[in-house]
Amino acid sequence: MRALLIRRFIYMVPTLFAISLVSFLIIQLPPGNYITTYVAELSARGQSVDQTQIRALEERYGLNDPVFVQYLRWIGGIVMNGDFGQSFLYQREVSTLIWDRIGISVALALATIVVSWGLAIPIGIYSAVRQHSVGDYVFTFIGFIGLATPNFMLALIFVWIAFAYFGESMGGIVSPEFADSAWNLGKVLDVVSNLWMPVLIIGTAGTAVLIRVLRANLLDELRKPYVTTARAKGLPEWRVILKYPVRMALSPFISTVGWVLPTIVGGEVMVSIVLSLDTTGPLLLQALRNQDMYLAGAFILVLGALTLIGTLISDLLLAWWDPRIRHAQAEEA
Amino acid sequence: MATGTDPDVVLEVRGLRTRFRTDHGEVPAVNGVDLTIRRGRTLCVVGESGCGKSVTARSILQLVEPPGRITGGQVLLHPDSRAPADGAPAAAGADAAPADRPLDLAALKPKGKEIRRVRGRDIAMIFQEPMASLSLVHRVGNQIGESIRVHNPVSKKEAREISVGLLGQVGIPNPERLIDVYPFQLSGGMRQRVMIAMALSCEPRMLIADEPTTALDVTTQAQILDLLADLQRRRGMAMLFITHDMGVVAEIADDVAVMYLGNVVEHGSVDEVFHAPKHPYTRALLDSIPRMGGPRRDRLPAIRGTVPDPSTRPTGCVFRDRCDAAMPGLCDTVDPPPIDVGNGRLVRCLLYGGAEGRSPDPQAGTAGDDPRPASPSGKEAADVDAN
Amino acid sequence: MGLNLPLKRRPGPADEPGGAADPATADAIAAASQWRLIWLRFRRHKLAMGSLAVVCVMALIGLFCEFVAPTTPGEYSAEHTHAPPQALHFVDTSGGGLDLGFYVYGYDSTRDQETLAREYTVDESEKVELGFFVEGTPYEMWGVIPADTHLFGPENPEDRMYLLGADRNGRDMLSRIVYGTRVSLSIGLVGVALAFVLGVVLGGASGYFGGRVDTAIQRVIEFTMSIPTIPLWMGLSAAVPREWGPLTTYFAITVILSLIGWTDLARVVRGRFLSLREEDFVLAARLDGCSRSRIIGRHMLPSFTSHIVASLTLAIPLMILAESALSFLGLGLQPPVVSWGVLMQEAQNIHSIAGAPWTLLPGVAVTVAVLALNFVGDGIRDSADPYQ
Repeated sequence: MRALLIRRFIYMVPTLFAISLVSFLIIQLPPGNYITTYVAELSARGQSVDQTQIRALEERYGLNDPVFVQYLRWIGGIVMNGDFGQSFLYQREVSTLIWDRIGISVALALATIVVSWGLAIPIGIYSAVRQHSVGDYVFTFIGFIGLATPNFMLALIFVWIAFAYFGESMGGIVSPEFADSAWNLGKVLDVVSNLWMPVLIIGTAGTAVLIRVLRANLLDELRKPYVTTARAKGLPEWRVILKYPVRMALSPFISTVGWVLPTIVGGEVMVSIVLSLDTTGPLLLQALRNQDMYLAGAFILVLGALTLIGTLISDLLLAWWDPRIRHAQAEEA
Repeated sequence: MATGTDPDVVLEVRGLRTRFRTDHGEVPAVNGVDLTIRRGRTLCVVGESGCGKSVTARSILQLVEPPGRITGGQVLLHPDSRAPADGAPAAAGADAAPADRPLDLAALKPKGKEIRRVRGRDIAMIFQEPMASLSLVHRVGNQIGESIRVHNPVSKKEAREISVGLLGQVGIPNPERLIDVYPFQLSGGMRQRVMIAMALSCEPRMLIADEPTTALDVTTQAQILDLLADLQRRRGMAMLFITHDMGVVAEIADDVAVMYLGNVVEHGSVDEVFHAPKHPYTRALLDSIPRMGGPRRDRLPAIRGTVPDPSTRPTGCVFRDRCDAAMPGLCDTVDPPPIDVGNGRLVRCLLYGGAEGRSPDPQAGTAGDDPRPASPSGKEAADVDAN
Repeated sequence: MGLNLPLKRRPGPADEPGGAADPATADAIAAASQWRLIWLRFRRHKLAMGSLAVVCVMALIGLFCEFVAPTTPGEYSAEHTHAPPQALHFVDTSGGGLDLGFYVYGYDSTRDQETLAREYTVDESEKVELGFFVEGTPYEMWGVIPADTHLFGPENPEDRMYLLGADRNGRDMLSRIVYGTRVSLSIGLVGVALAFVLGVVLGGASGYFGGRVDTAIQRVIEFTMSIPTIPLWMGLSAAVPREWGPLTTYFAITVILSLIGWTDLARVVRGRFLSLREEDFVLAARLDGCSRSRIIGRHMLPSFTSHIVASLTLAIPLMILAESALSFLGLGLQPPVVSWGVLMQEAQNIHSIAGAPWTLLPGVAVTVAVLALNFVGDGIRDSADPYQ
């Protein structure tokens, strides 16, 4: 198991490198840079722009150096000092800006995974065991709707309903009265009570996919001979199903976590923008719109790296869960 | 027909019918099968693929899955004659069927408690593909121990000790170590031994073996057959052995039931059936086996045509379209009843009676003399089975 | 966002095509080509057939949107900002009896003195007669043929009709959604076409050459799939210069969508290639001395084109969803281009949704299109499996 872990970590290095390249590419891709945007903005407001000031700014951020030098400086700063550069827009260190936000994003993503698994496993089992029942059709129908509706649309509908029936505009994870207080039980409860709706909205599509995957896998497994063997032993039906086919059907299910994770992160970004939550989403959008590229690049880099770690965890989970995979990998190693 | 008073009879199947519901109506897979399985004896059910032999075996333990269901007949499990009168084992509660009367398994609910008590404890079953029939993600010991613990009040540790003993009995080397491996780490033959150990764990009175050697290579096949025969002799179990392989029948059977399209067409002791087959289908089956040292022939006789689709069963005798002894005007109208031809042998063929009061077509008058196919023309050898 | 996972629906015995039961169809099936067989099976899926009809109608609407829309998407009216949807009437009771009719009632609008928002009430005295093939706002069919006939609309070109309400500039939502159909569906199609080329070439190369090429391409696929798509899409589309024209932006967005969408297709193609290479019938063909190109063209390709068609159908809705998300954020297509996502920009803040919920309707169009395409794709996938 340890060898597997180490090997997986080594595999991650080139992927991380590729992600950093893509993030930097995104920083560099737009024609012009923050300075040109800034200058355009100033002249739009009718202010004159001092050429020496521009040059000074360019000098300060090293914008005139060759691209690979800029990349090396950027990635070097991150790896050595955790320095993600300066946000032009906020005039602050990128790292101070993102960590808070990323924390809430990760919490949201984790909560979403837990909730969608909690919903998908029982519903998927029910739908497969009672195939063609009314409940199965109802869940399948809801699942398809959830899959086909963009989740920003769901978020909008939710906002609309909340506004129409409760007369308040929803938004924010921390309610205003707790905004400046330190973390205590009240604040935690407040966050949890504000969190459940975004979690459900972000999780809809993912849950729908998971239900479909589990149902299809389980339908496959339910017809396998080993299920008949278990029945022939005289086991109660629920135990037959939970111990054998469900166990098998969950294997491919666990491996989907790696794919679901990027979707959840993306959904989180979209939904947070609509609900104006204080997560990465709105800040990323802001940064992209203003070509505040160090900020945007840092977000993409960190979200990518986190997703990679999530995928790694799901791989390890799978190896722990399925002895066949564990043994195959042990032989490989 | 055996009666309920015969103390050796373990299980009696009477007029069993199992149907599958499809888009095109109900398809009968088993259409009135009678079988009698006795203690210490092996009954082989033999037939081509699709003849309903596997469904028959599964119907006994109510293991047929929807859309299939039992629509008629009885499966009578006779009380254990060896056990003391009050002596249902501890696991069977007070609400078990009265010990002196046979229990009709076909009338029980497929997911109910009563049938579950029979499964694994009175009647155990082993299957064709040991790879697919064992869970690959549970350790061998877990799977055997579970079948012990579901019927017997023993601790996990005791179950493990019993399991190690069982693995030793079925010829698995180093059972203390192999009890902790996963089935995917074992060879096919070893897996089948694990299946057998699992089936024997509650000392059942009867073992149903559904083509247990089909998926194995020939050497392993012989070993498994020897093992089964040996265990059966030692434990005095009744065994229902499903196969399509006449060679296997010859090796292991005491009695044979030949099935064709959901019916038992011939039933008798293995010697009589092999040496004096009565039903034209049995004869054709036996003729299609290659023999060493026999007369050299260029081609092996085969049964012409193919098994009809169960959803379009012909009227009258189901074999008549492929039968060289078919009597026009008779075989296509009269469904042959089982005829007792002595020594407990039953044959479903109008050549041996059952059509009294109706006269066969004059042309077919000589057919009874030698119903064997004169010239083989079909393409399908009977024992070439794609299963 | 939905994920497209390779599910294989396991057929129950009830699903089995029972050709044998009916000798007449049995013969027909024996002689049928592969595609005919797939079509025969596909026809049995009622949901997929219904969805296919929906998809065809949507495609027709997209193709002839100028003619189908009652007016043009840019036609605005200051008197009708956020006008609510009108009810269609077919029976006229105003004359005392029941007369057949085809009309909507006009609006009475007042301005709220405090909020300055317009408030509308139905004015039953004003009847706007509607008709088919009426003259209306002139347009150019496919941008070339000048015309002014609309499928349906007010008989009098001066009258206005808002069956699905109006946006904040008094533009007809129905017409805008109809125009959006063309852009949204075509971006899905074009995006999938590009992704298809990438996917088949790279997936095919991966499966065909194997070895190092395979490893390299697999790494790229794994990498692409492991990045959260939305942030990546956002980053890439933010890089599209604002000053580019509508058509260039359209293609840039399509390319960005397909850059990420090709991986699924590549995986399907490679997987099929690898598994087919091991199939006995391929071995048989090889032993029969078939050339390599014949084996690929005659034996392997036909057995997985149907799978590719199914995957393509299932990829289109993903593209549509992605486009609507990006455009909604203002990072995708830009007005005056009309796509469903662009239209959703109107519904971005709570006040416009609360005041005019019909601005969410383009999202309903997205849902319907995605659902229908998903069902069709599932239907094809189920029908394409020859072993059912």
